[in-house]
Amino acid sequence: MRIGIPMESAPAETRVAATPKTVGQLVKLGYEVVVEEGAGAKASYPDAEYAEQGAEIVGRAVAWAADVVCKINSPIDAELDAMSEGATLIAMIAAPRSPELLDDLAKRGLTVLAMDAVPRISRAQSLDVLSSMANIGGYRAVIEAAHEFGSFFTGQVTAAGKVPPARVFISGAGVAGLAAIGTANSLGAVVHATDIRPEVAEQVESMGASFVAVKVDEEQVSTDGYAKEASAAYAQAAEVMYAEQAKVSDIVITTALIPGKPAPRLITEEMVASMKPGSVIVDMAAGAGGNVAGSVADKLVITSNGVKIIGYTDLAGRLPTQASQLYGTNIVNLMKLVTPDKDGVLTLDMNDVVQRSMTVVGNGEIMWPPPAVSVSAAPAAQTEAAPVVKAEPKKRDPRITWGVLGICVLALLAMFWVSPDKLLGHFMVFMLSVVIGYYVIGNVNHSLHTPLMSVTNAISGIIIVGALIGLSTSHVGVPIAILSITGILLASINIFGGFVVTQRMLKMFRKA
Amino acid sequence: MTQSLITGSYIFAGLCFILALAGLSKHESSKRGNIFGMVGMAIALLFTILGTVLKVTGSEGVAPSGPSWAIIAILVAMAAGAVIGIFFALRVEMTGMPELIALLHSFVGLTAVLVGWNAYLEVPLADSTGLHRGELFVGIFIGAVTFTGSIIAYLKLSAKMRSKPLMLPNHNVINLAAVVVIIGLTVWFVLEPHLWQLVLVTAISLALGVHLVTSIGGGDMPVVVSMLNSYSGWAAAAAGFTLDNDLLIITGALVGSSGAYLSYIMCKAMNRSFISVIAGGFGSDGEITGDDKDYGEHRETTASEVASLLTNARSVIITPGYGMAVAQAQAAVADLTSKLRAQGVEVRFGIHPVAGRLPGHMNVLLAEAKVPYDVVLEMDEINDDFPSTDVVLVIGANDTVNPAALDDPHSPIAGMPVLEVWNATTVIVFKRSMNAGYAGVQNPLFFKENTMMLFGDAKERVEDIIRAL
Repeated sequence: MRIGIPMESAPAETRVAATPKTVGQLVKLGYEVVVEEGAGAKASYPDAEYAEQGAEIVGRAVAWAADVVCKINSPIDAELDAMSEGATLIAMIAAPRSPELLDDLAKRGLTVLAMDAVPRISRAQSLDVLSSMANIGGYRAVIEAAHEFGSFFTGQVTAAGKVPPARVFISGAGVAGLAAIGTANSLGAVVHATDIRPEVAEQVESMGASFVAVKVDEEQVSTDGYAKEASAAYAQAAEVMYAEQAKVSDIVITTALIPGKPAPRLITEEMVASMKPGSVIVDMAAGAGGNVAGSVADKLVITSNGVKIIGYTDLAGRLPTQASQLYGTNIVNLMKLVTPDKDGVLTLDMNDVVQRSMTVVGNGEIMWPPPAVSVSAAPAAQTEAAPVVKAEPKKRDPRITWGVLGICVLALLAMFWVSPDKLLGHFMVFMLSVVIGYYVIGNVNHSLHTPLMSVTNAISGIIIVGALIGLSTSHVGVPIAILSITGILLASINIFGGFVVTQRMLKMFRKA
Repeated sequence: MTQSLITGSYIFAGLCFILALAGLSKHESSKRGNIFGMVGMAIALLFTILGTVLKVTGSEGVAPSGPSWAIIAILVAMAAGAVIGIFFALRVEMTGMPELIALLHSFVGLTAVLVGWNAYLEVPLADSTGLHRGELFVGIFIGAVTFTGSIIAYLKLSAKMRSKPLMLPNHNVINLAAVVVIIGLTVWFVLEPHLWQLVLVTAISLALGVHLVTSIGGGDMPVVVSMLNSYSGWAAAAAGFTLDNDLLIITGALVGSSGAYLSYIMCKAMNRSFISVIAGGFGSDGEITGDDKDYGEHRETTASEVASLLTNARSVIITPGYGMAVAQAQAAVADLTSKLRAQGVEVRFGIHPVAGRLPGHMNVLLAEAKVPYDVVLEMDEINDDFPSTDVVLVIGANDTVNPAALDDPHSPIAGMPVLEVWNATTVIVFKRSMNAGYAGVQNPLFFKENTMMLFGDAKERVEDIIRAL
């Protein structure tokens, strides 16, 4: 089958749905790939590189007439007109917000896979463009903030005086939030972050930020009529926390989005007003209504007290080369999934929950919304984690232990009663040696276990003494001689071999 | 006079052996420890041979006992043993250490059997006491089990025999029956000695040794080898009881308890009881659990991608397993380590106690490849550091990094402590294919979001990465 990569028609769009590298991967899956002339130009991928990887450079009409068309944004009418009947379109569709588009796509008899409808299960992570784009967005948000911020991020002690590090506060520890934390942290800022889900604190800390929890008086919450009151109490506590953080932070980045709903308002006008002049706010949710009072989508707003509010919605597109590469890889992963035989034939399996969820239109039929996917990463991990505590070994009843011990002592005493003195003497030597051996070995460094074994091998060659004694008794006949000499030979191999190999090993161990 | 001198030398030798084992507990004192061992052995041998010489020549007014050619025979046998031993000790590859150790165990076992038979032949049956006969049987029993058990372990480790556990029906009953028969024969022999009882006990013990180790799988080898190490010690101690020789008892007990302790560490690292290991079988009863579960899809990566991940990382942990030894990848891994360290990347190793086929096997392999020992850490030392690690390279390890051991109470390896590699930012798994590990357990690690698979021969892949750095 033939895959077409058209140039994006939206004027502000810089990305492209395939890069030379991903084209190579698509070709390996057995597809023929055609790329519209200049499709990757804005993302710094010249046509020649695509051609080198096996793509054919074609005109707009040919690219759109392919069996499978991969692009980034929702298509416009003119583009859809150029598609052939029964073709497959892969793009971000925003299905819940565009019922008319779905109707139109269905009427045209297309099959449409929405890259933004990937279910959030771990298996599908590799095709999830929302998270790959959010990752880039989080990075870019920090870079944009640094660009507008009038000072260093990292603290320095220079000849011209001491510079304190910038204090960055990030709200929402999703993919974008975590990427922003990592970026801000590696620029040297002091980073704080919060999230409505307290369980992500660990992830936040692993990226190098301090987690700021919303302090709710839980006792008060759990007593009466709690659902409503809890959220009210929570919202109040969250507001207090946000107000505190806004006041002390130089940079605030908000990433809170609720699927299918306007973004929650986190930073109020008063909080913005309380910030220092020159502070920067990046509202990554500006396109969905904004987390910050006064943010405007796609604009940089400067408030009366000198706080800059960035509302860019094309953060990922500002890194077109990287964004195209990740988007292209997501597409390749999708194509791998739908090309099980690697024969260049796209086969959709409606029993696969990932493919089913992404198929918003199938052969001219609207298939949105898909049946709910019950498997979600976070709750599953929770239930799996619970039994860990139970895995502790069962404690034995102490009475049994003492009972067994008592029986052993009695048995030993009985044995001693009947044993001759000579045996008892040997037995004492034996028991003491066992105890000494246990304590001596107990401290051995784990990395010396193998040399320890080879040295004990050498030492247990001491059994040669037994064979030597055999040769000096008064009854030495041929059988005894043969047995003894064989014994001496074998034990000598142990003694010499064991010590030499131990020495060889010990010499190899060296310190950095 | 001579006898007290010999006994005195034994006390000295015993002390030297204790110091030898104590010295091996730290890297700084380990070489000194080995030298203590050699000194102790030299003293013990010197005085024992001296005693033999005196007896044979019949000085001090005692009639000569033993043939005069004995001295020459002893020297020739020892020289031959020394040549063979040193030859193999210098030649053995570090990957072949488990085989060598198993073979050396078998020698101790066989010698103990020979010494036992000798003791039987030396003292006419009529003159022997019941106690002596009982000790003799115990010595031969332990020696024979050690001998054949070690031979089988050697064959399995050197891949001359399938390492899959042999599962005879009712194998536990067979073992138990053998032990009961041996005990019965021992009691009979003590009361009324016959040669055939001795032959039968030797034969049953040899067969028991074969059966015990045949029914244990390759991944349990660290426990088996340390268990056989322990047995070889008990065999020497038993010989000491038979021969009234305290040096043998002391040394045997030291070796025996050290082997037992190592086995205990290994068993704890697998969360299994000692009995269940010797009795054999582990995820190998034919049932593979939970494999119909949907683990999702794994993601593949390339050597050049891993190379760029590594150069951009601040901290890297490598967790090697037996697969690294199989692929002979340790030198390449060491090379990668030194290159990354030169670039300022912190590289450390995390070793699971049962990684490899011998306790401490991975450490020796890495030491041979010139990886400094202070960056090679044990599981407990490094497990808390994974969350702050950028990249983990899992090379030839599988069950020891399986999250199912902690998450899935129905997994055959549930409760086994594992290296928690998945807490790192990115995990790269080097693997030949998607086959399950030794325990036949699928590894959910391969399907985690932050895991990427690098398929192929571990050595070649590591070399590819070095080239791409």
